[in-house]
Amino acid sequence: MVVAVLEAVAVAVTDSSQTNKSRHPSIRATLGIATGALLASGGVSADWLPDLQDWETSAGLMYYSESGRVSAIEPVISAKKNLDTDEYLTLKLTLDTLTGASATGAVSSELPQTFTRPSGNGSYTIASGQTPLDDTFKDTRLTFNANWERPVAEELTLNLGTALSKEYDYLSLGISGGLAKDINAGNTTLSGGLSLSADSGSPVGGEPIPFAAMQPEDTDPLRQGSGSDKQVIDAVFGLTQIINKRSLFQINYSLSSSDGYLNDPYKFISVVDPITGNPVFENSVQPDLPTVAYENRPDSRTKHSLYAQYKIALGDNILDSSYRFLTDDWGINSHTLDFRYRIASNNGSYWQPHIRLYQQSAADFYTPFFVGSERPVSGDSHSFASADYRLGEFTATTLGLEYGRRSGTRGWSVAAEYYLQSGKEPDKKFGALADQTLFPDVDAFFVRFIRDF
Amino acid sequence: MKTTPRLQHLSRILVLGPLLIALGGCSSLGVQPWERGTLARPEMALTSQPIAAALDDHIYFSKEASSGGRSFGGGGCGCN
Repeated sequence: MVVAVLEAVAVAVTDSSQTNKSRHPSIRATLGIATGALLASGGVSADWLPDLQDWETSAGLMYYSESGRVSAIEPVISAKKNLDTDEYLTLKLTLDTLTGASATGAVSSELPQTFTRPSGNGSYTIASGQTPLDDTFKDTRLTFNANWERPVAEELTLNLGTALSKEYDYLSLGISGGLAKDINAGNTTLSGGLSLSADSGSPVGGEPIPFAAMQPEDTDPLRQGSGSDKQVIDAVFGLTQIINKRSLFQINYSLSSSDGYLNDPYKFISVVDPITGNPVFENSVQPDLPTVAYENRPDSRTKHSLYAQYKIALGDNILDSSYRFLTDDWGINSHTLDFRYRIASNNGSYWQPHIRLYQQSAADFYTPFFVGSERPVSGDSHSFASADYRLGEFTATTLGLEYGRRSGTRGWSVAAEYYLQSGKEPDKKFGALADQTLFPDVDAFFVRFIRDF
Repeated sequence: MKTTPRLQHLSRILVLGPLLIALGGCSSLGVQPWERGTLARPEMALTSQPIAAALDDHIYFSKEASSGGRSFGGGGCGCN
């Protein structure tokens, strides 16, 4: 079913590159049919779909590539239908294909290290001085979102949504609802929304026992279960205000609460010798297997964030700026600044430079390595530690440039962005560790093409 | 026993007071409906490129410990 829909979309997108404006209605119709087919697949009759010609569709394609690590291709198709006065249905389908290598959390070393693959079958060897990456990282994710927006009373709009996301080892189902109330003659909008999602994972090889040591390949991998669930509740309260004829701002407060299995089942932590600083090798069956322990995080996390956005038209150009502060009970605080400046040309095209600055502090339990006996005993679910660099202290910078053309509500754009993440090296490096880079820079390049039909 | 209603009253003042003041401040801002030509431009919408925003958010969600803010930041991905 999904393949059929994607084929319809692919045909439509391919057609569009060879055609002129006069054929756009047929493309929209094709996309509308694809969308209708999607609805029908969910057990909903497509009979009520009024006029398939009226779908406003947009398609996007992103290519993302990290130096020496993950690369991803992500096509998106979105269709919006005006059902009635101020009543809209929006459907979106996203496919995300990832391949490449992902950091495991283990330290680099002057000695070669051999690790067992997550399945327990097979192994991979990391050369001296190289960051341990699991090069079998591969996943395909399919996400479907539906959103229905309609006025329910004077100046009051209801928004209902649902989301389904499926990966090879992960399933997420979500629902959301929100209300927006216009006051002050439409100059102020107050909004509130709630989102619930239930996620279930089935990690390759099963759910590791916290702090259990990695076992040699083709050996019982010491797992405690095959599945892992988590629930996420999000609430967002916002205020949008028109300032004057050319500027407006928004302020949002968000609360997010996650409960359940929040570990990354593929991440582990090296145990290093307290004297030499080299990884400990103590496995008699496989002497080149370093002692690494699977991570363990708390089973709940509460995040608070404040988000402010300000947008102003300066002649035909537009400045879009935003700031987000986030704090959580894992000890992470982050600041995000984002600026986009849209420079309009006379012929309807525009250039848009973009800069994003991000900084986060480390989680309280971020542990880049264990020194000797610091490692908690296997199965100690009350101790927390993770060497996942994404929970460490780092800054990140994005620089991008977009070019696009727009005519009314239709147009296209292409953007290229460069992302650089620079982490803070651990303070307590000693012995052989002092010669290793434990938090190497991660940089990525991505391009994005979007077209409205 | 008497403190609970008082505390509730106090908390209401503490929460609603600043909100009402903020809204009062907002009421002096704004424009008439016929003055919204510039604000009605599609590119002046707060999220004027929803597909681009969703693609970017997914990257940052999988590379950083923060998510959400502009809208819901919830689950939906095993990447973090």
